[in-house]
Amino acid sequence: MNVLIPLRTIIVKEIVRFVRIWPQTLLPPAITTALYFLIFGELIGSRIGMVDGASYMNYIVPGVVIMSVISHSYANVVSSFYSTKFQRNIEELLVAPVPNWVILFGYVTGGVIRGLLVGSVVALISLLFTDIQVNNIAIALSIAFLTSIVFALAGFINAILAESFDDISIIPNFVLTPLSYLGGVFFSVDMLTNIWQTLSKGNPILYMVNTFRYGLIGVSDVNIELAYLITSGFIVILASSSLFMLHKGVGIKN
Amino acid sequence: MNALSIRNLRKTYNNGFEALKGINLDVEQGDFFALLGPNGAGKSTAIGIISSLVNSTSGSVSIFGHDLQLDRDKAKSCLGVVPQEINFNQFDTVKTIVFNQAGYYGIPRKRALERTEVVLKQMDLWDKRDTVSRRLSGGMKRRVMIARAMVHEPKLLILDEPTAGVDIEIRRSMWKMMQALNDSGTTIILTTHYLEEAESLCRNIAIIDQGHIVEHSDMSSLLARLHVDHFVLDLAESLQNIPSIPGYKIELVSDKVLNVIVPKEIGLNALFNELSQLNIRVLSLKNKSNRLEQLFMDLIGSSSEGAV
Repeated sequence: MNVLIPLRTIIVKEIVRFVRIWPQTLLPPAITTALYFLIFGELIGSRIGMVDGASYMNYIVPGVVIMSVISHSYANVVSSFYSTKFQRNIEELLVAPVPNWVILFGYVTGGVIRGLLVGSVVALISLLFTDIQVNNIAIALSIAFLTSIVFALAGFINAILAESFDDISIIPNFVLTPLSYLGGVFFSVDMLTNIWQTLSKGNPILYMVNTFRYGLIGVSDVNIELAYLITSGFIVILASSSLFMLHKGVGIKN
Repeated sequence: MNALSIRNLRKTYNNGFEALKGINLDVEQGDFFALLGPNGAGKSTAIGIISSLVNSTSGSVSIFGHDLQLDRDKAKSCLGVVPQEINFNQFDTVKTIVFNQAGYYGIPRKRALERTEVVLKQMDLWDKRDTVSRRLSGGMKRRVMIARAMVHEPKLLILDEPTAGVDIEIRRSMWKMMQALNDSGTTIILTTHYLEEAESLCRNIAIIDQGHIVEHSDMSSLLARLHVDHFVLDLAESLQNIPSIPGYKIELVSDKVLNVIVPKEIGLNALFNELSQLNIRVLSLKNKSNRLEQLFMDLIGSSSEGAV
C-alpha cells in the first residue's frame, strides 16, 4: 500500500478541521497577541526601555510568537486526537492498514501547520507595532519548526493518556502556560536572582524562546547549539514514546 | 479457502475478566454467517480482535489466509467492519466520511471518488452526500457506516448488530441490502439479537457463551434439532374450555386464540382432525416465535448449567 495516501488524508483532514473552525483556532491568538503588543510592548514597554540592547517591544515579539506556536501546536493535536478517541472515529484508522507512524506523522503535521500558521499571523500583527530586521532567518524558522514538532508530539501523548476533556486542559493550563511565561517570553533571565536563573535553565521552553529570539533580533540568554540539542532530544524521546504507546494500544485499545 | 479462521483465541482483560477462553471458528468464503450470544458472552471481544480494536492475549486470526499479526496489511485490506455504535465524525459530510476511509486504505484520489459514488448510490445515500452526517436519520447513519465499510471492496464484511434500534421498514431494507451484498460475493458475518434476522438470512451459525463457542453448525441442521413447533391458532368462534387432545399441549390465550405446542413426530393433521370433530373452526395459524430463539435459549441454558 502507498502510505502517502493515508498520510495525505490525515493531514488534509486536520487542516480542514482547524480552518473550518477558524473563529476558535486562528482569530483568538490574533486578538490576544495584538493586546500583548499594545499593553506590554507599547504602554508598559516604553517605560521599561532597552533589554539586552533591544527595545522592549522588539524583545517580546519573538517570545510571543514562539509562545503562540507552542500553545497552538499542542492544542491542535491534543483536541483533535482526543476528540477522535472520544467519538470513536479512531476506529476508522485502526481497522484500516494505516501504520502507526503514519497516524503519528499525520496528526503531528496538522499540529505543526497550525502552530506555524498562528505564529505567522502573530508575527504579521507584530509588524503593526514594530519593524524587526531579521538576524538569522534559518535559525528562526528551524527552531520554530522543531519547537512546533516537540509540542505537537506532547499534545499527542496527552491525548493518548487523557480519559476526559478535563485531562486535555490540565497540561496546557498548569504546565505549558506557566513554563512559557517563565521561559523568558517577557524578560531576560539575567533580570532574575541566581537561584531563579538556575531553575530557569531547567525549563526547555527557555531554550526555544531564546533561540528564536536570537534568530529574529540577535539576542539570547542561552547557548544556541545546546538549544538545538535539547529540542531534538525532546523530539526523539516524545516520538519514540508516542510510537510505543500506539504499538501497545495505550488509551485506544483494550 | 476460509474467509476467517480463528484458532485458540483468548482474551483476558486487565481486570482479570476472561472474555474469550480459547475459541476456534471457521467461516467459509461466500458464507452468510451468524455469530450469536447473549450480552457479555464474548462476541464483541471476538469482533474487536478481528477488527484490530482489541489486543488478543493469545491465539491467531487469519482473514482469507492472511495472518492478522504477521500479514497485517493484507489481512486488514480484506476486511470491512460495520460497528454497533455510530463512530464517524458527525461534523463531516457523508461524502467526506466515505472518501477519507478510502484514503486510509491507500486508494488513490480518483478511484476513491469513484468508489465513494458507487457505494453511496448502492446505499441510496448519493442525494445526501453533502449533508453533515449528524443531520441524518438513524437508519441513514447506519447506511453511511455500511458504505464506509464497503468503499475498499472488502471480501469479508462484519456487521455488528446493524439493525439494532431501527424501525421495521429500515430493518427490512437493510436485510435486502445485506442479502444483495452477499449475493455479489461478499462474505458476511452478522451479529444480532434479532434471532429471526439470523434465521432468515444466515446459512451457518456459531453461538458463543461465557467465552466458549457452544454451537457451530449450519442453520438447517441446527433447526432440525427442534422436537416441537409452537403455533398460534385463530378461531372462528369463542371457546369456553381448553380442548383436550392427546399428544398436544394446548393453552387458551384468549377466547378465540389457542397456543398449541406440536411434537414433530405427530404433526398437524391429527390436531386438525380432532379440532374438526370438536366443531372448532380454525381461521388461520402462524408459527408463534422463531424457532432459533427456542434453540438459543436451550443452548445458553445448558451452557449456564454446565458452568455452575
